[in-house]
This record gives sequence, structure tokens and C-alpha cells, in this order.
Amino acid sequence: MSDFETVAATENQAARRGVSGEPGTPGRAGRPDRARSLAGDAWRDLRRNPVFWISLLLVVLVAAMAVAPGLFAANDPRDCVLSRQHAGPSGGAIFGYDFQGCDTFARAVYGARASLLVGALSALITGVIALVVGMLAGYFGGWVDAVLSRVIDIVLGIPLLLAAIVLLKRVSTSGDTVRLFAVILVLALLGWTTAARVVRSSVITAREQDYVAAARMLGAGNGRIMWRHILPNALAPAVVVLTIALGSFIAAEATLSFLGIGLKAPTISWGIDIDAGRVHMRESATPLIVPSTFLALTVLAFIMLGDAIRDAFDPKLR
Amino acid sequence: MLRFILRRLLQMVLAFFGTTLIVYALMFAGQGDPIQALAGERPVTAAQRAYLTEKYHLDATGVGGFFYRYLDYLGGLVQGDLGESLTGRQISDILAAAWPVTVKLAVIAMAVTVIFGVTAGVIAAIRRSGVFDHATLVLTLLVLGIPTIVLAPLAQYFLGVRWPVFPPTAGAQPSFYALLLPGIVLGSLSLATALRLTRTSVTENLRADYVRTARSKGLRRRRIVGVHVLRNSLIPVVTFLGVELGNLMGGAIITEGVFNVPGVGFNLFRGIRTEDGPLVVGIVSVLVVVYLLSNLVVDVLYAVLDPRIRYE
Repeated sequence: MSDFETVAATENQAARRGVSGEPGTPGRAGRPDRARSLAGDAWRDLRRNPVFWISLLLVVLVAAMAVAPGLFAANDPRDCVLSRQHAGPSGGAIFGYDFQGCDTFARAVYGARASLLVGALSALITGVIALVVGMLAGYFGGWVDAVLSRVIDIVLGIPLLLAAIVLLKRVSTSGDTVRLFAVILVLALLGWTTAARVVRSSVITAREQDYVAAARMLGAGNGRIMWRHILPNALAPAVVVLTIALGSFIAAEATLSFLGIGLKAPTISWGIDIDAGRVHMRESATPLIVPSTFLALTVLAFIMLGDAIRDAFDPKLR
Repeated sequence: MLRFILRRLLQMVLAFFGTTLIVYALMFAGQGDPIQALAGERPVTAAQRAYLTEKYHLDATGVGGFFYRYLDYLGGLVQGDLGESLTGRQISDILAAAWPVTVKLAVIAMAVTVIFGVTAGVIAAIRRSGVFDHATLVLTLLVLGIPTIVLAPLAQYFLGVRWPVFPPTAGAQPSFYALLLPGIVLGSLSLATALRLTRTSVTENLRADYVRTARSKGLRRRRIVGVHVLRNSLIPVVTFLGVELGNLMGGAIITEGVFNVPGVGFNLFRGIRTEDGPLVVGIVSVLVVVYLLSNLVVDVLYAVLDPRIRYE
């Protein structure tokens, strides 16, 4: 059964297959005129949506910055000379220098790595937790569902910022790597609930489909049904939620770093730079505005991307 | 109804013990040196160490010792005794001075949310797919997507420093005018959500049967929308606002910190900055209780507001 492999080939394809909820490959039945499913329509809509392309472009750009910041900024972000304090644009520094005499633009470019790393890894862990919890709760129902749903309720009731302050205070004296992973873990542990609910409800829908009953009659066990038949259908809505969550994780990381409990000094983070720029905004505002713009655009790009994909798949809006 | 309230109260008590235990365990217990953890990165003198050991009964060990100290902390919390900050001030005194300011700020934020959010939401719903509708949707997406740590400093810079429309920071005794800009920034996030909620809910209700009945009775559109639809549409919005009030109290950390508003969030902001462990724990504990309480009030209000909602 190559069904799952083809589905998992690309995210988009998975997304298209999942929402359509149809087991067969469109067109394989020899009726090409009926090949355009809901998913096909959604992809056609998405292709013509400028918001989708703009946000995708921004996401790719930020990802490129995170992978190879040297391609975008010529100067070393850690090369700070106090005599250049708040100096205007010169050389490679197109936005001038900040209070410490560092290249404002280079710092913003190099800041993408920490943000994206935290966002992507938190979203990944969130996705794994949400898939496992949502799948178990949705598939088995009964007391498993009752217990897991209560757990979701409780975690959902915890205020994120306050909990993060308490949790991160424990690693306040640890090294950079420990701190980075602590931030990722804290965000993932507090942020998986929404995705888990989404997965749970799509699993409940998929569970009732005929092809699941057919698979069971053919003798497939619970594990195989969950992995091969239900997971591909639960994946699509989860990917949408996780894209949006990735944006909010980036915002949360910046907020924690801004407060001084997230990432700290040798690590370059937009949150830290915004805080530093804020203090000296009267002398020069560019060190505040540049990282602020980078952060806002990145968060917006992920949220709009998720929004656009969801809109394309939402049959109510058609 | 009474049974529901009682059950909900019991749930809250359990949640209270659960969260305080977690806060307590994470902050103080099970680490190598609780006193150093309390003081953060700063060195602790021998005198301070001896004083703290005696004060928190740190010489008692084992599970019994842990629960002894936990109950100690809980008893203090219930009696309003939150201990002293590292600077030697009573935390309850700090909070007593800070609460009125935070409440004022939250009320301004809430007023902004209700006045602009609900009104714009109703207009957007009536003129669905119009220019206004699309404009508000884009705007709310922007507001929801831009984090507070970007919005607050930029608002402060552009409206306070560059073009001084508002005072850039609030002082020790902030006037209403000085609190207006932080209030708007604080309220903007809930404004966007309230707008979207109102819009969805009004749109759905406009299609309801009772609207058609009212229209066929010959009622004017203004009355249909203003009385019949609005009343039914505001239930989810009120719930959201209630939960949001609890969030505003805690969520004011960034806004109060940036605008120098001497409220609860500002003190927490300062406590984090100065590595003042006791101050952070004290304020977080109180905020968690406030959060739980506001959720309880909302749940009960929800049942009162909408007679269709029944709990058993």
C-alpha cells in the first residue's frame, strides 16, 4: 500500500488529501474529469492568493537568513566598536550602528537563527505531543478521551507567560544551549493543547469513515489503522495549526528574551535587541525599529500562511 | 445552579492547590541550593543565608520538610502575607500600591475593547464583504500578528517621542491621559479578538429565524440589530472579555514595563530584571489566583446570562 508514502511525500499533498477525506487517488479510477477534488480546488485557490505567495516568500527569506546569515549581511554582528555608537549607515551597515556600536542590520539578520530554531523545534515537539494525545483521545474515546481531555483543559488554563517565568527561572544560571532548549521545551509543553484538540476532532471524523471499517474487516490492527489510515487525515489540519503556532512561538521566544528570562546576551535574539533599542530610542530609533520589523514580519508571515491555507480548505467560505 | 457553583468552586480549590504546589515546587524545592536559586545570579552573604534558612525552615529535610514549607507558604498566601522582597519591602505593600493602577489600566483597556471592538464588529457583520469588513479583517490580522513587545515600544516611540501626542511614560501617580496610550496598546489585542468574535456571532444571528420574524413584524432594522441580534450575539463576547480581564492583569507585564506604569505587571517586570526571586514568586502566586477567580466568575456569569446554558 503506497498510499501513505505518496501522501506524506509533500506537506501540501498531505494537506490536500487529508481534508478531502477520500481514500483513493483522484483520477486513478480512470475518470480524469472528476479528478478535481476539494483539495484540488483549494490548491488552485491558494495559487491565486497573493497573501499565500507573499507570506511564503517571507518565510523562505527568513529561513535562508537563519541558515546562511552571511549571505545577507556582510558585517560580523559581534564586531561592536563603541566609537561607532549610533553612527549612521556606512559600508555594509545599511541601517547604521546601535548603542554598543554593532551593525544593526547584521544583528537583525543573525537573530533569525535563534528565533526560527526555537519556533520550528517547539512546533515540532508540539506536533508530536498533539498527534499522540489527539490520536489516542480521538481513536479510543471512552475513558482515555475523558482523561486526556481533562489534561488538555488543565494545560489550556495555565497562563503561558506566568508559567514560563516560573519554569525558566530554574535555568537562569545555566549555559546558552541549556537555556535555548529550556525555552523550546517550555513553549512546547505549554502550547500543544490547541493542536491536540484539532487532531482529536479530525481523528473522530476519520474514525467513522467507511474505509476504516473496511480496513478493520480486512484484519488490520489498531496500530496499523491509526498509522496508515487515520494519521494522513489528521495531519492536514494539524499542519495548519502548527504553522500558526510556529509564528506565536517565535513571538513568545522574543517576549521571554525581552523580559530577560529567555535567551541571553551572547545569543543574538530579536527580543534582546528590541529591549536594548527601546532603552535608547530617544538617541536613535533604528536599533529599535529594525529588529521590531523583522520580528513582526516573521510572525505575521507564519500566521498569514496558516490562515491562507486554512481559508483555502474551508468549504464554508466557498 | 447552586450545585453547579459549588462544584465549580470545588474544582477551583483543587486547581488552586495544584498550581500553587507546582509554583512552589518549581521555585524552591528539589534544587541544590534554594537560597542561591532565590537570589538568582547575585552572591548571598552568610548572614542572609542564615536568616533565610531560619525563616523558611530549610533545615528540615525530606518530604515532611517539603510539605511543611509548602503549607507555610500557602498559609502566608491565604493570609495575604507574601513575605519580603530582596530589597526588604513587604510584597503585600508593594502589591497594595500597585493594584489600583493596574485595575485602572485594565478598565481603560477593556473600555477601548468594548467601544471599538464591538461597534466595529457589528458594522463589519452588517456590511459583510464590504470595504469596511475587509479593512477590519486585515487590520485585526495585523494586530493579532504583531507581538506586544513590538507594538508597545513602537507606539511609545511614534506617539510619545517622535510626534508627542501622548506622554511617553506614566509617572508614579499616572493621570488618566498618561494611561490612555498604554491602555490602548494593552486593549488592542483583545480588541481584535472581540471584533472577530462579534462579527462572526452577529453574522450567524442575522440569519436566525427570529430575525426574519422580527422583520416580517415590521420592526425597523435598527431595532432588530440593536436589540434582538446584539443581545444574542454578545454572549460569546462577554465570556471572552471575562477571561480576558484575568489575562489583562497578567498580560500587562510588557505594557506596564515599557510605559513605566507602576502597576502589578511593572513590579513583576522589575522583579525579573533584578533577579528578585521572592517578589516574582509572590506576584506570580497572586496573579494565578486572580486568573483562577476570574475564570470562575466568568463560568458562573455565563450560566446566568444565557438561560439556555444548563449545567446538569
